[in-house]
Amino acid sequence: MNAAEFTAASPLLIMSATAIVAMLAIAVRRNHFVIAAITLVGVVASFCSLFFAESAIPRQITSLLIFDSYSLVYMALLLCAASFVILFSYGYLKQRREHREEFYLLILLATTGSMVLVVSRHFISFFLGLELLSVSLYVLISYIRYEAISIEAGIKYLVLAASSSSALLFGLALIYAESGSMELSQFAAAFGHSATFPPIAGLMLVLTGVGFKLAVVPFHLWTPDVYEGAPLPVTAFIATVSKGGMFALILRWFHVTGTGISGTAGLILAIIAIASMLAGNLLALTQTNVKRILAYSSIAHMGYALVALLAGGMLGAPAATYYLAAYFTTILGAFGVMTILSDPQREAAYIDDYRGLFWRRPVLAGIFTAMLLSLAGIPLTAGFLGKFYVMTAGASQARWLLLFTLVVSSTIGLFYYLRIVAAMYAKTTDMEPARSVMPLPATVALAVLTGLVFLLGIYPAPLWTAIVTAARSLG
Amino acid sequence: MALLILIAILIFGGIASWIAASRSATMARWIALVFIGVDFVLTISIWFANLGHARWYQECSFQWIPQFGIRLHLAVDGLSLIMLLLTYFLGIMAILCSWTEIRERTGFFHFNLLWVLAGITGVFLSMDLFLFYLFWELMLVPMYLLIGIWGHERRIYAATKFFLFTQLSGLMMLIAIIALAIIHRQSTGVITFDYEQLLGTSLEPSTALLLMLGFFIAFAVKLPIFPLHTWLPDAHTEAPTAGSVILAGLLLKTGAYGLIRFVLPLFPEASRQLAPLMMTIGVIGILYGAVLAVGQSDLKRLVAYTSVSHLGFVLLGIFAGNQIALEGAVIQMVSHGISTGALFILVGLLQERMHTRQISQMGGLWETMPSLSGAGLVFAMASLGLPGLGDFVGEFLVLLGAYRANVSLTVLATLGILAATLYGLRIGQGAFHGPNPHHWNLPDLGFREWAILGPMMACMLWIGLYPQPILNTVRPSLGAVQQSTPLQEIVRR
Repeated sequence: MNAAEFTAASPLLIMSATAIVAMLAIAVRRNHFVIAAITLVGVVASFCSLFFAESAIPRQITSLLIFDSYSLVYMALLLCAASFVILFSYGYLKQRREHREEFYLLILLATTGSMVLVVSRHFISFFLGLELLSVSLYVLISYIRYEAISIEAGIKYLVLAASSSSALLFGLALIYAESGSMELSQFAAAFGHSATFPPIAGLMLVLTGVGFKLAVVPFHLWTPDVYEGAPLPVTAFIATVSKGGMFALILRWFHVTGTGISGTAGLILAIIAIASMLAGNLLALTQTNVKRILAYSSIAHMGYALVALLAGGMLGAPAATYYLAAYFTTILGAFGVMTILSDPQREAAYIDDYRGLFWRRPVLAGIFTAMLLSLAGIPLTAGFLGKFYVMTAGASQARWLLLFTLVVSSTIGLFYYLRIVAAMYAKTTDMEPARSVMPLPATVALAVLTGLVFLLGIYPAPLWTAIVTAARSLG
Repeated sequence: MALLILIAILIFGGIASWIAASRSATMARWIALVFIGVDFVLTISIWFANLGHARWYQECSFQWIPQFGIRLHLAVDGLSLIMLLLTYFLGIMAILCSWTEIRERTGFFHFNLLWVLAGITGVFLSMDLFLFYLFWELMLVPMYLLIGIWGHERRIYAATKFFLFTQLSGLMMLIAIIALAIIHRQSTGVITFDYEQLLGTSLEPSTALLLMLGFFIAFAVKLPIFPLHTWLPDAHTEAPTAGSVILAGLLLKTGAYGLIRFVLPLFPEASRQLAPLMMTIGVIGILYGAVLAVGQSDLKRLVAYTSVSHLGFVLLGIFAGNQIALEGAVIQMVSHGISTGALFILVGLLQERMHTRQISQMGGLWETMPSLSGAGLVFAMASLGLPGLGDFVGEFLVLLGAYRANVSLTVLATLGILAATLYGLRIGQGAFHGPNPHHWNLPDLGFREWAILGPMMACMLWIGLYPQPILNTVRPSLGAVQQSTPLQEIVRR
């Protein structure tokens, strides 16, 4: 590798190095604060190195990895999300009797895995990145070992993720058998062979693995249980970093400029998108656990992002990316509020925990309201502009069926967001403003996220320009 | 700039009032009152400064999202101006009428009230379709909180229903807006959401019809139009008095305003094609609302259903396709805002005193509260269309115009006025006249309550006797609408 290649790959290298440093530091002495600080510094350093890497792109390193401005945008997104997760984890873990330090190590590894997905251009790097992410997640989900529900969620995820990985592998093998190439660009080629059996079957099996990670219907069955069982920061991590890496991968390799995805694959993806939007929102209606509600809503939100992917054209990829950025900001904020409200004994997960919250802790409730309204897509929030871009992308390719499903299902979605909002503003007996200490890192993170939700909702121009520039490198 | 300031004043006023409430609730009320009053005075001064001018009085435009050609474009013409005056007038009344009704969390209440008004102001001023949609949605959230926190027994149900209906229809409009902008780009190469640039977009007839329906459904839900009206009785009944006043007086008017401002000029052909259908729906609304109003036992619900009936006239007037009917529709919008607002305030006053809204619990109130009952009678008469009061002028002009377009529908619509007599008299007789079987002994109107109802009565008389200033003000705007909608007098039978 020459110097330019090192520069280009520096975000990944820094992340891996940080993981090693953190591991050694744990071996020397266990100190929660030090490890958390090392991790955060590593993530921030990796984020900063993106600006240096910009000078060395576009660059392909071996046949496995590709660094271009598209990868950099997504890596930036993932690293930001990871740093917010770390900030929320600190206060959360501090309250719990458990070895805390390895948590950060696993977060680092999982984030690295997700970043590898973003930059991979070969079956091998794809699978390695995926497994690095999944294996770290098995542990993270069941990290709180004295919680039975956590263990159950971890095992559920382990079994299902392993089987979906094997389906994915088989799919990759079928595509390889037909084409003799292990490059991810074979996906797009497989779209063309809609008549022949092996590539299409391979593609479907690949979609199983991809769909599992994205938690779209019909591969969504694990989502509510895992969201509910995992510790709150890990739930936030699954909702953002884990899905973001996989979405970046399929957006890069499934993306078709021009008229969007059509043919058999287009039909199947459209069915998946429609089913996700409707099922996600409908299943959330009767839930009473906020984590489960957000789990089902995440299924629907992936469906919305798929609409932009399917639409393609000039706007498809930027719209999907903006949507993801807006969704990440919002969902991190929502889980952040929940993390702050949790106490050492239990997490604030039930709607009843939020009853009358506005009168006890007006600022937190106000932020949570803003996050929920952003998820519902009300103007002035990031979620609205995300939806606006997705709808514009869909309308410019005349994908009316998808758009109408989006409209109807997001109205259904509004209902359960309003249920939580109504609970927060309800009158209860306990109405005195409560004074309680908020952990500093989480408070800072939440303040930044709130600012971002409104910034992305009011002044989208800078991010949109960056995303459009990056999406051009998709060709 | 002055237009942006109108909105900013309300936004900051809301925040100031919220902060002030932690010291004293009365201070919060006064602050809210002063801020709306400033807007009211500003709007009047814009009016006087531009008397007799051409169509547009003032406008301002700033770049916002350049990649999509979205601008912060506000402008005011006669129609917007009259609507703004109504907004601030009713806003002041809403604050005054909740002076003693709202005792809990006063600051947050006034915050929401002022923010709803800010959203409504934005709706009446936006000249960019994206911006219009933004304000359209922004009205909802504070209104939802107003109903959901300070409402009556079934408030959560009513608030959620209101939000969902409006949201679904609003998203349909958003799709139509986006599609219109994209079609405009395909034909001209420029992406823009600006109202005046989109006006000239050439559309296939079938596309225009679909897009028009997208806009129409959003306005139809707000207006509300039978059969999309079911949220209205619930929301009006469960809202606190100030909420009902704003809902009936202003939010419904945004629907009518949208039809006049956007649907008619953007889709003239499609509007003409669908006019007979729309007029029929309007007449159904008139009769249906009136008949249901007669059957209500809850006074507030009765008033709510009269709105459905009155707004039917507005729809009839808008789609009759001639100047007279359109002017009638605007007069009806203004006078309905005042008369129905006043009726809701009266119901609020009664409920505050009697803790019930059931007509069967009332009766003979004239004996104990002569002034309040007298005021009630005036507004009940206004609502049933007594000549000399505002609603009569509006309904008369609408019927006059609609008669040119379609005689049989107009005859049916006239029956609605007959039914209006029934419910108007039911309010008068059921609540105020006759013996006093429950032996109520209640305090009559106080000074503050006179300060609310007195000006409203004066306005009703003014519109009823001399509506010319309003007509002169809105005429240039309506004339522009008419230009794009050629006279439709063919359907005459």
